[in-house]
Amino acid sequence: MLFISNLNYNTKMSYQFPELPYSYDALEPYIDRATMEIHFSKHHKTYFDKFVAAIKDTGFDGKSLDEIIRNAGKLPVAVRNNGGGFFNHSLFWEILSPRGGGDPVGKLADSVKKQFGSYEEFRNRFTDAAINRFGSGWAWLSVKPDGSLCICSSPNQDNPMMDVADCQGIPILGLDVWEHAYYLKYQNRRPEYVSAFWNVVNWEKANANFEEVLSKL
Amino acid sequence: MKKSLILFTLIVLIGIPAIAQYNYSNEAGLVTYGEAKLYSQAADGRQTGFRFPALPYTYNGLQPVIDSLTVAIHYNRHHRAYFDKFIAAVKGTPLETQPIEQIFANISQQPATIRNNGGGYYNHFLYWENMQVMQGASPTGDLAAAINKKFGSLDALRDQFGNAAKGLFGSGWAWLILNKDKELEVTTTPNQDNPLMDVAAVRGIPLLALDVWEHAYYLNYQNKRADYVDAFWKIINWDEVGRRYVEAMKKN
Repeated sequence: MLFISNLNYNTKMSYQFPELPYSYDALEPYIDRATMEIHFSKHHKTYFDKFVAAIKDTGFDGKSLDEIIRNAGKLPVAVRNNGGGFFNHSLFWEILSPRGGGDPVGKLADSVKKQFGSYEEFRNRFTDAAINRFGSGWAWLSVKPDGSLCICSSPNQDNPMMDVADCQGIPILGLDVWEHAYYLKYQNRRPEYVSAFWNVVNWEKANANFEEVLSKL
Repeated sequence: MKKSLILFTLIVLIGIPAIAQYNYSNEAGLVTYGEAKLYSQAADGRQTGFRFPALPYTYNGLQPVIDSLTVAIHYNRHHRAYFDKFIAAVKGTPLETQPIEQIFANISQQPATIRNNGGGYYNHFLYWENMQVMQGASPTGDLAAAINKKFGSLDALRDQFGNAAKGLFGSGWAWLILNKDKELEVTTTPNQDNPLMDVAAVRGIPLLALDVWEHAYYLNYQNKRADYVDAFWKIINWDEVGRRYVEAMKKN
């Protein structure tokens, strides 16, 4: 569904590296300019380039990124790692915004309250998932097949949509806790980075992701 | 500019006590070597607990390969936090007085906090000790002979070790080990696992350790892990690696 150009269904789709929806310094002071620039133009771009190279000759070249992610366990590890890195970062930039923060909105706000009791309780649980992921990985808010929400974390560039994931679901909000996501500004203080993240969460986009997933269940 | 000068001065100043601490005598007053640096001992040699080992050089001792701010944070924050959490986890348990190799040999029976923090404590100890201020040393003696026999040349080992370190996805370590056949072997482990652990895919006694968590190099190298791995080769303490090799060959 995302990050792919499919104007002509008769030809193979080609993969597109997304544009950052704001400037490198837009998330200051919570996420610094240098981190954004290196994270997007080096790390994310490298995952994209390696994914494009790795998907060739797998039989999945041209298939949607969603379908590839769902089948990650059947594909070479380079596809899992770099396809995951391509997908996860593309989602990550979208759910951040310089005008972010505040409380969840729309249907997502209702579900968060219903399922976790309060936004604060949700935030505590998501924070725990992000802080307790040992080593590199991601924390996720996902939608399970029954439409309920689920918080979990995954190692490296895996995500809950992968067939290999411990916790299965469609991610609608993700937080990168690889050290490269925060080390220049926060060094070993991951909890401070996680705490700062809430100031730049784009709840409009997270809610739009939620509604899109619900509409397809 | 002014800010970085203040930071630099601060690092130099906090680096000085690290030299003063460079004294590995145990409670019985004996100078200790190698892994004995990890243990506090009673006068009769009994292990009474674990110690946080001193850094064998100042924070700026590895410049320009590893910058002083990285060494300071890596040692004082990351390594220290692994040690503190490991100590908290083993406190009051029989593990408190067990040699760490023995704990690792049965690590699958232990909770994740002991695996992660015990690994972090021990792996960083090996890492600090297998680097040195002097650049450009080479292996000698039995180790040099074993490298030539197994890999053909030191350059071939460097390439194989370097490729393993660069190729490991996510956080972890690259290792040169002595495997169960008493042969040298290059391997990697994820996160803070190590080849002494019963969960490791390839087991053996670690001789050379390279940390490829991003925290080990990100301030200076950012996404360029390969540059860090290549530069690391210049500051290997081959005397220490050679000493570990001789010790490992004696073990069953």
